[in-house]
Amino acid sequence: MTEYTERILTENPRKDAADRFRLVWLVVIPLIAVLSQVYVPRFIPFLAYLELPLLITVHFALSRGGPIPALFYGMFIGLVQDSLSHQPIGMYGIVKTLVGYFAASVSMRFDVQNPVVTFILGFFFYFFHQFFYWVLSRALLGETLAFDAQQTLIFGLLNAAVALPLFRVLDRLRVAG
Amino acid sequence: MDFFLSRYRHLTVLLIVITAQLVLIAYQVKTSKDIPLIRVWAVTAVTPVETGLELVRRYTWGFVEDYFVLLGVRSQNEKLRRENGQLKIENNYLKSELSTADRARALSVFEARSPSKTVAARVIGNGTGANSKVVFVDRGSTSGVESGMAVVTPDGIVGKVLEAYPTASLVMLITDPTFAAGVVSQKNRVHGTLKGQGHAECLVDYVQNEEHVDIGEWFYTSGDDRIFPKGFPVGQITAAPNGKTFKEIYVSPSGMQGGTEEVLIVLQAVHQEVPGGEVAAPGYTILPAPTETTAQTPQGTPQAGASATDADRLRAIYKDVGVEQKHTYGEGPPGTKPPDFTKIPSVNGVLPPNAASQPPGTQPQPAPAHAAQAQPAQAQPAQAKAIPSKPPVPATAKPKPQPSAPPETDDEPAAVTAADTQTADQPAGPPVRKPSSPPVMRPAPAPGPTPANSHRDTSQ
Repeated sequence: MTEYTERILTENPRKDAADRFRLVWLVVIPLIAVLSQVYVPRFIPFLAYLELPLLITVHFALSRGGPIPALFYGMFIGLVQDSLSHQPIGMYGIVKTLVGYFAASVSMRFDVQNPVVTFILGFFFYFFHQFFYWVLSRALLGETLAFDAQQTLIFGLLNAAVALPLFRVLDRLRVAG
Repeated sequence: MDFFLSRYRHLTVLLIVITAQLVLIAYQVKTSKDIPLIRVWAVTAVTPVETGLELVRRYTWGFVEDYFVLLGVRSQNEKLRRENGQLKIENNYLKSELSTADRARALSVFEARSPSKTVAARVIGNGTGANSKVVFVDRGSTSGVESGMAVVTPDGIVGKVLEAYPTASLVMLITDPTFAAGVVSQKNRVHGTLKGQGHAECLVDYVQNEEHVDIGEWFYTSGDDRIFPKGFPVGQITAAPNGKTFKEIYVSPSGMQGGTEEVLIVLQAVHQEVPGGEVAAPGYTILPAPTETTAQTPQGTPQAGASATDADRLRAIYKDVGVEQKHTYGEGPPGTKPPDFTKIPSVNGVLPPNAASQPPGTQPQPAPAHAAQAQPAQAQPAQAKAIPSKPPVPATAKPKPQPSAPPETDDEPAAVTAADTQTADQPAGPPVRKPSSPPVMRPAPAPGPTPANSHRDTSQ
């Protein structure tokens, strides 16, 4: 095991400040994320690729560490997203529940403060999120939507790039809160 | 069991949560019912914030923009640029006001002209989902909006209401991949199903390759889907290549050309006609529509608007003849002398019944006198009517008297005779105006006594 590997396989330092994360932010931040996803693309259509609720879910899961709070948090955000879509309620809920669970599980193994790890996790969970949503749409709703892997990969990279500064801001917010 | 739950506690919770949501989805898909409670909460929490943001944006965006524009003003031009800035602000404000007023006026004009009852709404946000094309509008069930209502603009259809919440509604745009609506083309009247594609253009499906459509041809709603009233514009064809079975007709939606800021929700839909435009040639010759000339209307019509058919006119004519000769139809035993039908005017009303002389060329016919003796009162004028305007008929074709005709069949011969007489008279007299008959192709009328003869034979 190399020194770098050891460094990224340590305990999550984000957990230290997790308890100071006020409850109000837990509600307000995902609402802002969902609202921005709903409102901002009207004026900047290019930003429709940005899946802020997913990034918030991943950040929370990486910060809290526990899979159960993370999966419930992901479910909550997903259900809010479902409520604002025309799909049956539960589609985003299931996907984000899984994302929250797996992200929290991963956070126990890696140093999620490392920017490289954050970037990779952001990219991976975005791709997982989009792919699993597509699978659910086909399997549960019978929709024959096309999955554009190339576009998803590009958007995954963009979301991962946005995740780096966003997680920093959220970390500062959490500590300040 | 306890060991399992404690050992795999996280996994157990995950499975329970996933299963619960799967059941929730299965319930919604199976019953086609929604979970309104969750949606109403979420929408009620989000849409007021959206509305507030939209208001703030509308009132502050111009000022913020101008602020950044004016940041780089040089000091020596400060006064001039300040004036320029003021003018820009004023200009932007007036442009914004003018644009808003134009859109509002267009909507209100359309709202007033359209027979459908509509309510104006403003788009306040998009829906979630990468592929879905749904928006929120600021009108909800408190404004009378219900799910399934059509959403249009003066330029064309925009979408349909998926869900109506108290303060807002979720509208699926016609570009959504799951959208569908019945459409018909303007020129060739080709029916199809409009489907969203997830991008700017829509596809009209289920149009056979044998059907003909033209690039640039308009599609209108057909009303078949029971959502969009018939006759609303949909868009123009941009491409229409042949597919395996059906054409792949791509349509550029006209209702979303300038973006969707303000829309109209159709509360009570009224079907309209699809505008005719230039209808494709049918492949055969159609005669022009008959000109309406009042001179062709028979003069013997007793009351305007009361006698619409030849039978009515004949009846009036013979009624006048009876009054003039003091004869009451239907009275007297069989063999009673009938009125003198040789003094009736032309069938087509060239002369009134009380005219002293007959029209030139009209020959008196004694045959109806026999018929009048035998036939009931209403049958007499009908048979006699056909005779004066015709050339002399051979004796073998004349109707025979039927003295023992039952009185309860009085009406039937008159009706049949009147209808037939109308057809039989056309070659001899001027055409009778038919107000609502479309131009149809029919064989040229054969002149001569043939129709009258055949009619008489039939009536016997």
